Amino acid sequence: MTDTVDLPPAMREVADDFAELTANERLQLLLEFSEGLPELPERYAGSLDSMEQVHECQSPIFLAVEVDDEPADRPGDRAVHLFFSAPPEAPTTRGFAGILHEGLDGLTVAEVLAVPEAAPYQFSLGEAVSPLRLRGMVGMLSRIKRQVALKSQS
Amino acid sequence: MADHTESTPTTSTTESAFAAYAHPERLVSTQWLAEQVEAGKVGGPDGIVVLESDEDVLLYDTGHIPGSLKLDWHQDLNDAVVRDYVDAEQFAAVMSARGISRDTTVVVYGDKNNWWAAYALWVMSLFGHEDVRLLDGGRAKWVAEGRELTKDVPQVAPLTGDAAYPVVERDDTPIRAFKEDVLAHLGGALVDVRSPGEFSGELLHMPDYPQEGAMRGGHIPGARSVPWARAANEDGTFKSREDLEAIYLTEQGLSPADATIAYCRIGERSSHTWFVLTHLLGFGQVRNYDGSWTEWGNSVRVPVEQGAPK
Repeated sequence: MTDTVDLPPAMREVADDFAELTANERLQLLLEFSEGLPELPERYAGSLDSMEQVHECQSPIFLAVEVDDEPADRPGDRAVHLFFSAPPEAPTTRGFAGILHEGLDGLTVAEVLAVPEAAPYQFSLGEAVSPLRLRGMVGMLSRIKRQVALKSQS
Repeated sequence: MADHTESTPTTSTTESAFAAYAHPERLVSTQWLAEQVEAGKVGGPDGIVVLESDEDVLLYDTGHIPGSLKLDWHQDLNDAVVRDYVDAEQFAAVMSARGISRDTTVVVYGDKNNWWAAYALWVMSLFGHEDVRLLDGGRAKWVAEGRELTKDVPQVAPLTGDAAYPVVERDDTPIRAFKEDVLAHLGGALVDVRSPGEFSGELLHMPDYPQEGAMRGGHIPGARSVPWARAANEDGTFKSREDLEAIYLTEQGLSPADATIAYCRIGERSSHTWFVLTHLLGFGQVRNYDGSWTEWGNSVRVPVEQGAPK
């Protein structure tokens, strides 16, 4: 990638970490993100139908987006919280979710909505996991942004 | 296809459970493979080579069958630029790097009911590798049985010089169909192995969602709808020959004597069905249309049929 893409600081840090590694080391780091993906909280566990399935991923992954109610008068400043569920037999998908969680969880609505669609291509993973598979992360990001937009309107 | 019923130096026992299949030597059981691992017959210059081929590129790294090596369908078997498989030199390099020579017994297994394992087996067949087998039930069955997994990646000395895998030109004609072949085949036997929603054309209209989809939904005219999973048991193993014949022959009216083309979305699920028709049911002329719906459904002026299976 020669284009400079503006990423939120936490996401930029992840992207820089990946950029420094060899292809094989990138896979290992992705595996660490996969293993580090937070468990679903109680209120989602066992109720995947309350979450949104990411159809762009061939493995079953579900995501949920929560947006704080405050500040009431500035929806763009409300904090965003992300939750993912993906099985251990889909480590790449879990790894993508882990990167997005690390990079986006806790940001404000405005910050999440400003993340460029091309963000998934900033982690130097094209060679290691193939561009085709990266489309799964593009789908996750696009669904997250769509939900954030919807849920910050009220 | 050549006759593959000859025994090989490394393995001679055809497992009795598979005896009813047309080419029983194409399948191995988890029990048999575990015994080979235990006996030290996996790896090494004269050993069996076990390859894990998954949809998920990281799965091998989370733990794999001891002695097995990773073969990634996308990185290792596809050309990086053109939508095609690797060429003869690249394939030879992929094989040599894994210690595989032309007469090595190769066992492939993977996730997702062996979709990508079947795909890898099919690609190896394009290059005429004689002895390549599937692990019945794939990775999921091995794991479900609580068998050993390891994160240890075997160090393989790549084969070089005279020992290297020969550069053998790929012969697509017998088992691979291109769009033009399918057009010429219209009216002949076609098997669409996608889900019923993809077959009818309903599944391609999801507004606002990016997807690796097609411009048009539906199926190739005249195709029979037989989702790939109908060939599999709950545990991912293949159904018995009798059950498979009931589906493909009796119910769908397909015949082992007819030239048949299977397709899906990108050719991986149809590799699974290609394996079933060719090696389990003994169909003589089955081609996998790997362009599948991502090509057909995006092509200008090719005929498309919509609606539920008849």
